Amino acid sequence: MASVKSLLTKPWIWSFLGALLVWLATIVFTGGYGAGGMVTAALSLAVFTVIVGVGQMFVITLGPGNVDLSLPANIGLASAVAMKVMDGNDSMIAVGLLAALACGAAIGAANYLLIWALRIPPIIATLSASFIIQSIDISYGRGLQIKPPPGFADFANWQVLGIPVLAILTVLFTVGAAIALQRMVYGRSVLAIGQNIRAAWLAGVNVGRIRFLTYMLSGALGGIDGALLAGYFRGANVDIGNEYLLASIAVVVIGGTSVAGGKANVPGVWGAALFLVLLLTMLNTFGVSAGVRLLLTGLIIVGVITAAGGQKALR
Amino acid sequence: MPEGNADIIRLNGAEKHFGAVRALGGVDFHVGPGECVGLVGHNGAGKSTLMHMVAGTLTPDSGQIGVHGGIEANYSVSRAQQLGIRCVFQELSLCPNLSVAENTRINHASLRGFGWRRKAADLIAAKLDEIFPGHSISPSDIVGDLSIGRRQMVEVARAFTVIQDRLDLVILDEPTSSLDSHTAGQLLAFVRRFVAGGKSCILISHVLGEVLRNADRIVVMRDGKVVVADAASAFDRDRLVTAMGGAEARQRIAAEIAAAKPGASPLRVRARPAAQKDGTDLVACAGEIIGLAGLAGHGQTDLLLAIFAAASHARAGIQVTAPVALVAGDRQADGIFPQWSIAQNIGIRSLARLRNRLLISPQREAELAQFWQKKIGIRTPDMNNNIFSLSGGNQQKALFARALGSDAEIVLMDDPMRGVDIGTKLEVYDLVREEAGRGRTFLWYTTETEELDNCDHVYVFKNGRIVANLRRDELTEEKIIQSSFGDAA
Repeated sequence: MASVKSLLTKPWIWSFLGALLVWLATIVFTGGYGAGGMVTAALSLAVFTVIVGVGQMFVITLGPGNVDLSLPANIGLASAVAMKVMDGNDSMIAVGLLAALACGAAIGAANYLLIWALRIPPIIATLSASFIIQSIDISYGRGLQIKPPPGFADFANWQVLGIPVLAILTVLFTVGAAIALQRMVYGRSVLAIGQNIRAAWLAGVNVGRIRFLTYMLSGALGGIDGALLAGYFRGANVDIGNEYLLASIAVVVIGGTSVAGGKANVPGVWGAALFLVLLLTMLNTFGVSAGVRLLLTGLIIVGVITAAGGQKALR
Repeated sequence: MPEGNADIIRLNGAEKHFGAVRALGGVDFHVGPGECVGLVGHNGAGKSTLMHMVAGTLTPDSGQIGVHGGIEANYSVSRAQQLGIRCVFQELSLCPNLSVAENTRINHASLRGFGWRRKAADLIAAKLDEIFPGHSISPSDIVGDLSIGRRQMVEVARAFTVIQDRLDLVILDEPTSSLDSHTAGQLLAFVRRFVAGGKSCILISHVLGEVLRNADRIVVMRDGKVVVADAASAFDRDRLVTAMGGAEARQRIAAEIAAAKPGASPLRVRARPAAQKDGTDLVACAGEIIGLAGLAGHGQTDLLLAIFAAASHARAGIQVTAPVALVAGDRQADGIFPQWSIAQNIGIRSLARLRNRLLISPQREAELAQFWQKKIGIRTPDMNNNIFSLSGGNQQKALFARALGSDAEIVLMDDPMRGVDIGTKLEVYDLVREEAGRGRTFLWYTTETEELDNCDHVYVFKNGRIVANLRRDELTEEKIIQSSFGDAA
C-alpha cells in the first residue's frame, strides 16, 4: 500500500492514468475491437511528440519566459535537409541523420545567440527565428527529392511483436534524459537556474553555458525528430512539424513539469504524449468533428495547468 | 493647533519583534507642535521601525500610540493621514510611469472631476516653487525621466501639499541623501519656516551637521532603544557620535586572533571599487578576515559582486587568485532554491566534487550534508526535508554550509546575518574564525558594527569608495562612524 501511495505523489502518474482512462473508454465504445492496434499506433505517433517534448521540457525548466517556439520550423527544415542528404540512397542514412542533428543544433545555437547577444526574450527570439527558418525551408525545399530512402522508411515503421522499434529506442533515450536531469551536473544546473537564476549564478553555476546547451539540445532533438518524421510519413514537407508547437508544450505541462521552471520530470512526457494521441483516437472513434477535437484538446490543457497550479498553492 | 499644546504624537513603551530579532525594545517617543525632532543612530538601531509606527505602516507588538492627546487603538496609514501625519520614506514612492501631477493626485483623493490634472499640476508646481525656488521641474514631466535628485524633490514637495486635509507632522527620512548642497539647503530652510509656522517635523539624517543645525531636539537610538534625548543645543558632534556608538565596554575576541596571525601570507584578493578615484585598493591575504563597513548600500555589495564575477571572467582593477564562494544576505533573492531539500541546497556549489564519473553520487551528497549538519548545527530531523522546513537562521546556516563545504578559498559574505538570531550568530562567528585559522580568506560586509570585532582589517565605504582603512588595533566604533558619516571630515 505504501508503494501505491508514494506512486500517487509522483506528478507524472496522472498523465498515465489519463491515457489509460481514454484507452479504456475507446475500447468500451468499440466493444474491445482494435485495442492492441490502438496501442501500437499510439506508441508510433507518441514517439515524435516525446522527442521534441523532452527538449522543450529542458527549455521550459530554465524558468519563466523560456520556451522554444522554433520547433515546428526546425522540424520542417531538418526533415528537408535529411531527405536531401540521404537523396533516396540507403547508404547515406547515417549521414542524413547527422545532418538533421547538426541542422537542429545550429538552429538552437542561433536561438540562444539572439537571446544572449540581443537580449531578446526567448519567446520572441525563437518565434522570430522560426519565421526565418521557415523562409529558408521554403526556398531550399522547392523541387527537391523529399522521399526517404526505402531502408529508412522501413526502419521508421519497423515493428517487433506489435511494438514499434522507434518507441523502444525512444524509451532508452528518455531513460538517459531522466538520468541527465536528476543525476548529472547539467540537469541539476538547469533545475537550479529555473528556480532562481541569480542564486544559481551566485552558487557558481555557469548560467550562460547551461542555457546555451539547453537551447542547442532542444534544437538538436527537433532536428532528429524532423528526419524521423520524414521517414515515418515517407516524405518531408514544410508543414510536417506544425502540430508540434502546441503538442511539445502540452506534453511538458500535462506531464507535471512546472511552467514556472525548476521542477521537471521525464516520465510524464511519455504519459502525456500517449494521452494526447489516444485522446485524438478516441474523439475520432466517437466521430467528433475536427473543431470539437481542437476545442477539447485546448480545454484539457487549460484544465491541467489550473489543477497543477492548485497543487503548488498547497505547498 | 486645535488641541492647544498637546503632543502631536506620543508612543509609550513601543516594542516590535521580527521573529527572534528585537527591532524596538520599549521606546518612548513624542513630537510636540512647532518642533523639529532630529533622529539619529546607525543602521539597525530601530529608527526606521519607529518611524513606520509613527506613519502607521507597522503596529507595535506592545505599547501605546497617542495622537493629538487621544489614544489610537487602531492606528493605520489612513488614520495617520486623517490626523495630519505624513511621511517621506527613503525608498522613493513615486510611480515612475506617471507624471509629476498624476503622482500628486494619488495623495489627494479630493482632486476629481474635470480638470483634476490641471489642479494637481498647479498644486505641486506652487509647492515646488515654495520649497525649491528656481527648480526646473514641470508638472507634466514623467517621473521616470527625472534624475534621482529631482524625484526626491517631487517626493518631498508632494508630502507638503495641502488641499483641505490637515497637516501637522511630516517625517523626512534621509531627505537630502540624493540632493546637492544647494537644494538640500533650500529644503532645510523650508523645514525651518514650516516649523516656525507651528507645524512639526521629524528629521532623520546620517549627515550629523544637518541634524545639529536644524533640529530643536535630538533623539539618539541604539539597539532598538532611545539612549539619549535632549535639546539640540546640548549636543555637539562628538557627543552625538559617542552616544550612537555606545560607550560601554564590549568584550573583544580580539586578542586570540591577533596573536595567531602569521606575518606574510599569499595574496588572495586585490580589488578597487569602480568609483575609487585615488589608488586605494582592498587587499586580502590568506587567513584574513576583512570587514567591509559603512552605511548600508554604499558600494560594499557591488564590490563583493565584482570580485565574485572577476573570479570567472577577468576584470580590470580586480585580482582574484583562488576559487570564490558567496554567502548571500538576502536569502530568498540570492541564495535559496525553494524546490530543493536542505542537502541539495548545500551541494549545489560542490556538484563537480560530488560526481562519481558522470553522475552525481547521492551518497556523497548525503555525506557532505551530514558533515555540515553536525559541524554547523543545522536543526532538522532529516536533511532531505525541503529547505523551507528550516527557520530563517537555520536556512542561513545551510547557505554557510554551501560556501564552507565548497572548494572556495575565498568566502564573500554579503551581510549574511540580517535577521538572524544571536545564538546562530555566535556559532557562525566561531566557525568563521576557525576556518580563517585554516587559511581561508573572508570578505565580510556587515551593517552591524559589533561584527567587525571579528575582523583583522576593516575598510569603511562611503558613496561607492573606500574612505578609511583601519587595522584591527585602530578599530573603534567611533572611528567607523566618524568615517561613514564624514560630512565635515
